[in-house]
Amino acid sequence: MTETMHSDDRANAAAVLSVRDLVVEIPTRAGTLRPTDGVSYDIRAGEILGVVGESGAGKSMTGNAVIGLLDPPARIAGGEIRLNGERIDNIPRDRLRRLRGDRIGMIFQDPLTSLNPLLTIGEQLTETILEHLPVSQSEALERAVAALEEVGIPAARARINSYPHEFSGGMRQRVVIALALCAEPDLVIADEPTTALDVSVQAQIIALLKRLCRERGVAVMLVTHDMGVIAEAADRVAVMYAGRLVELGPVREVLTRARHPYTAGLMASTPLASLGHARLKQIPGAMPRLNALPAGCPFHPRCERAGERCRENPPPTLAACEGRAACWFPLTPETEESAA
Amino acid sequence: MLAYVLRRVFQSALVLLIVGLVAFAMFRFVGDPIDNMLGQERTQADVERLRTELGLDQPFPVQYWRFLEQAVQGNFGLSYRQGRPVSEILVERLPATLELAFVSGLFALAFGIGLGIFTAIRKRGFAANAIMTLSLIGVSLPTFLIGILLIYVFAVELGWLPSFGRGEVVAIGGWTTGFLTESGIKALILPAFTLGLYQMTLIMRLVRTEMLEVLRQDYIRFARARGLRERAINFRHALKNTMVPVITITGLQLGSIIAFAIITETVFQWPGVGLLFINAIQFVDIPVMAAYLMMISVMFVGINLIVDLLYFAIDPRLRVDRSAGKVT
Repeated sequence: MTETMHSDDRANAAAVLSVRDLVVEIPTRAGTLRPTDGVSYDIRAGEILGVVGESGAGKSMTGNAVIGLLDPPARIAGGEIRLNGERIDNIPRDRLRRLRGDRIGMIFQDPLTSLNPLLTIGEQLTETILEHLPVSQSEALERAVAALEEVGIPAARARINSYPHEFSGGMRQRVVIALALCAEPDLVIADEPTTALDVSVQAQIIALLKRLCRERGVAVMLVTHDMGVIAEAADRVAVMYAGRLVELGPVREVLTRARHPYTAGLMASTPLASLGHARLKQIPGAMPRLNALPAGCPFHPRCERAGERCRENPPPTLAACEGRAACWFPLTPETEESAA
Repeated sequence: MLAYVLRRVFQSALVLLIVGLVAFAMFRFVGDPIDNMLGQERTQADVERLRTELGLDQPFPVQYWRFLEQAVQGNFGLSYRQGRPVSEILVERLPATLELAFVSGLFALAFGIGLGIFTAIRKRGFAANAIMTLSLIGVSLPTFLIGILLIYVFAVELGWLPSFGRGEVVAIGGWTTGFLTESGIKALILPAFTLGLYQMTLIMRLVRTEMLEVLRQDYIRFARARGLRERAINFRHALKNTMVPVITITGLQLGSIIAFAIITETVFQWPGVGLLFINAIQFVDIPVMAAYLMMISVMFVGINLIVDLLYFAIDPRLRVDRSAGKVT
């Protein structure tokens, strides 16, 4: 793990998570839906990949597919998911269960509902630790206290026997993070970890995630629709639209020099304090429903740059790790200036 | 917590007082007991004497107070029909009903919770669907019909089990038990099944619904995401959360097992308090009816009280003072 962290050869650095051409399908009576369609990306150790997009763009579905928690009838219909080089999308259920919590941790959106109200946080921590690590009951308790201290719960030893309702929302999210990290996973999937929290608490949770990611060299997949969170935390950004990855690149580049018209529209409609007080632009229309995707590029009905080609041909696929947009007419720095 | 308990006890007492009023009102308004007690050959003097003797010439509130006073001491007067103290008759009959209710309650709980969990976890399986369909029969067929069908199959056709009565009983102190003899246990099977079947299916359907609801919760997803085993998720995480609403209904159901043993006891001629009550109605034996009413309401109220206190044992959120211990 540490080797890859210190490797300077970034292109060859082994990715902790490697997703290739992932397709998730939901068979319905009206036809098969593809909430995730041909998505590819890598996350390296110590790196935070932000996944953004509107509601229903397939962000969470991708995360759930990785951890093996797709709700039936949704299923992985194609592609590969590799964790530390080993395929995990086609392994038996029980092996996948062992990976969950152990090699892959997950943080959910709402800390008020993701903890079992009838068990103490100590019970929930130790049961997770005992499931994955070969330690005794008392050692598991020590590790639980250490995990709580690490996420910044004051007086962790005294509060280990508290129930979730005795904590505030922000503190509960810290407990959730401690639970996700207590078996020292290589990859953490954080699904909207700040959405349900107060703004002031959001910043603390993001700072905590960043710190844990750097200190432990954990790869983090940060799913969110909040551009501010992405700007604050992510190293690279993957932008999703209608189940497809439309743009992938380093956070600075994507935020300031978006290539895909959708990303540019998303940025223009996001209030960022650093960008002054210009009137926010909207992207006209709404994301198409998955059962009514238009032919060609799914974004073309809302795109002011769309041409004949966009209406007829699906856009070029985005190769993983390259900061390019899946678009026939990507914005270049020159066109961006002329548009502005 | 103490304030809560006191409030609940106070409420319970109030309920009992009102039921007592209803029970007492029966004496007053369901016929004249003097008519029942004295034969055709009575004189006006006899009537007056008995009326004074029984205190029926006193004003209504005074009579009610005396009734309560006596009832608290377990004294419900003499049975019109048997001429013996009602409390004595009840105590004699109670073991039969309690044993029947205990066995059928145990049956309803064990199978109700077990099958409920099974049908929730295997909700798409063939066995679960078959059980759910069969359970409709348990809910929709009336108790007396099930009892009669069971008697027909197991007592008349197959001849395996007795069709009526308690079999041989053994007296231990004042308690007669059918648990110690073979015929006593055999006699218990059909009535207990008949009485418990409805409750069993009800508990099963309730457990299943609640369990399915709980299994959809975020903390179950999170437990899966932490890689816990299915067994731990189902029994440690889901079942405990299922139990809070289940206990409420189950508690009430167990109360009604005792109360509604009347029908089962009639079908199987089970010598318990339910049968006693039915016979009392036929003979307008008001002291017995009133005492039965009071006894059942005490049981109901008591069970309710216990159920409310059980919440504290299961749900920690109720135990703690809401304002204490919050860290922001």
